Amino acid sequence: MDNGVFNATSVSSINHNARSDSLPDLRNLGVTVRVLLLGNGAGFAAALLQSRGLAEFAQQFADLAAVLEPVLLLSLVSLYALSKWLSRLPYAGGIAVILLLELVCTTLVQSTGVAMGEVPTLAGLVRAWLLCLLLTAFIIAYFFWRDRAFSPALADARLQALQARIRPHFLFNSINAVLSLMRRDPRRAETALEDLAELFRALMQDNRRLTTLADEVALCRQYLNLEQLRLGERLKIAWDVETLPGDALVPQLLLQPLVENAIYHGIEPDAAPGIVEIRISGDKDQVRIVLANPYHPEYQHRAGNRMALANIRERLALHFDVEANLSAEVVGEKFEIRIVLPYRKKE
Amino acid sequence: MSAALRVLLVDDEAPARTRLKELIADCAAFVPAQVVGEAANGREALALLESTATDLVLVDIRMPQMGGIEFARHALALARPPAIVFVTAYDEYAIQAFELHALDYLLKPVRRARLQATLERARNLAAPERDALRAVEQEPRRYLSVPERGRITLVALTDVLYLKAELKYVTVRTDEREYLLEESLSHLEQEFREVFVRIHRNCLVAKARIRGFERVDAQESEQNWVVLLHGCAEKLGVSRRQWPVVKELAQS
Repeated sequence: MDNGVFNATSVSSINHNARSDSLPDLRNLGVTVRVLLLGNGAGFAAALLQSRGLAEFAQQFADLAAVLEPVLLLSLVSLYALSKWLSRLPYAGGIAVILLLELVCTTLVQSTGVAMGEVPTLAGLVRAWLLCLLLTAFIIAYFFWRDRAFSPALADARLQALQARIRPHFLFNSINAVLSLMRRDPRRAETALEDLAELFRALMQDNRRLTTLADEVALCRQYLNLEQLRLGERLKIAWDVETLPGDALVPQLLLQPLVENAIYHGIEPDAAPGIVEIRISGDKDQVRIVLANPYHPEYQHRAGNRMALANIRERLALHFDVEANLSAEVVGEKFEIRIVLPYRKKE
Repeated sequence: MSAALRVLLVDDEAPARTRLKELIADCAAFVPAQVVGEAANGREALALLESTATDLVLVDIRMPQMGGIEFARHALALARPPAIVFVTAYDEYAIQAFELHALDYLLKPVRRARLQATLERARNLAAPERDALRAVEQEPRRYLSVPERGRITLVALTDVLYLKAELKYVTVRTDEREYLLEESLSHLEQEFREVFVRIHRNCLVAKARIRGFERVDAQESEQNWVVLLHGCAEKLGVSRRQWPVVKELAQS
């Protein structure tokens, strides 16, 4: 989400309390749908409260919709147009502009009604203004709450990254593998230590950031170099990234934890070599990622997979709402994870 | 002093074995030791133990096919089991259990001084206790080990039809033949409760092999149901006491 980008660049502190509030991405389909649902839901409730019977309710709702729908649509279109500019404003400034915009929209719709022959009253206009402000405030509060509700999970995620996602088992075994290289192949040992350092740098960063797909893939390659060192021929990797949109924005650590899981569940339990497949492609709207590893039903008690998936799902939802999707399933003898996300570029 | 200590290295990661070899060479000036074999998992290591005289096994815990602890349990079936020291990168639960049951272990990366101390003690190390290993094991074994003529025969659990207690021994019946096992039936029942169901005081049956049940008309006998197994003509009696449990399984 656009403000996510700006937000991420401003939140460089490790302290997650320093997270600043931000407006939702006004161009996101999920956000648009939520606004429509909330607006109509409020109208529905208001009509229900004012009416005594079903017939009266239908009449009330129709009257209300005549004003409500134009205002909602007009607002969504103008917010879509202004979203880039709005996301650059401070949070409070953004809210003030939106409230003002809503008042303008309401006034416009009201005056159209007058032009069509309704009797203009000042009281009627003020009432419409008040209702409009109330509804807008309610919707803004909803998004504020939603953002907050996601945040604790995200703060935990960083801790998890250190405690669980990079498994201590991996860390110590990797250091051990580097030690084994020291005497025979000091240069390879150097490279391995550099890879390890960069991997940990990425892990210690705030993973609510967005990064480019090219960077995330580079991180995966460094991680895989280390695993290759340990596992040797048992680990085979099939990359298919010819149409990779390198400049697409993705949540940091989107792929690496999934690749780590693929190795932990798919490669390590088997003495025979196994293949991890990574396919990334994109067109002008979407980025598609497919990750596959051998499936061993008999080792499924190895824990940790669901936690990583749930965490990535949450982060995708925060950044892309309903426009991103992650699914995981067993296809024949493979475990496959598919991710689809909107193609967003850094400006 | 005696000849060099004969060491077997077992780890699924080649670099880890290389590292241990280097360190053992570093220790050579203080403790003469010699790597007599390397294996990538417990099964390979057991095969090597049969052909190679070994004093000490340094074994990783997590390995494909057969992990370190299961390996140690089978190795105990040998007439003269080697000393066994576990090597692990990180395994909170296992380390706690090792401490509790006084089993020897090394942490990866292994320090030379720590390894040297282990090598020095190796000749005096007692083989790990059977019960201690059972307590440390986190998941059921995949094999049963049967000592036969000084060798270890591994019987894959998936091949077993039933286990039957007879006097001191437990008879292990597979499709091909029978084996005698020196373990207690109740321990086996505990460890493999996912795989077997107890049908009688002295008999566990592999759930996956049950074909059906048959009623037998015997007025005097206390058993009136028998279990039919796939690939086995024998009919095994269900005790009245176990029948409710078995019936529940049959219905689900």
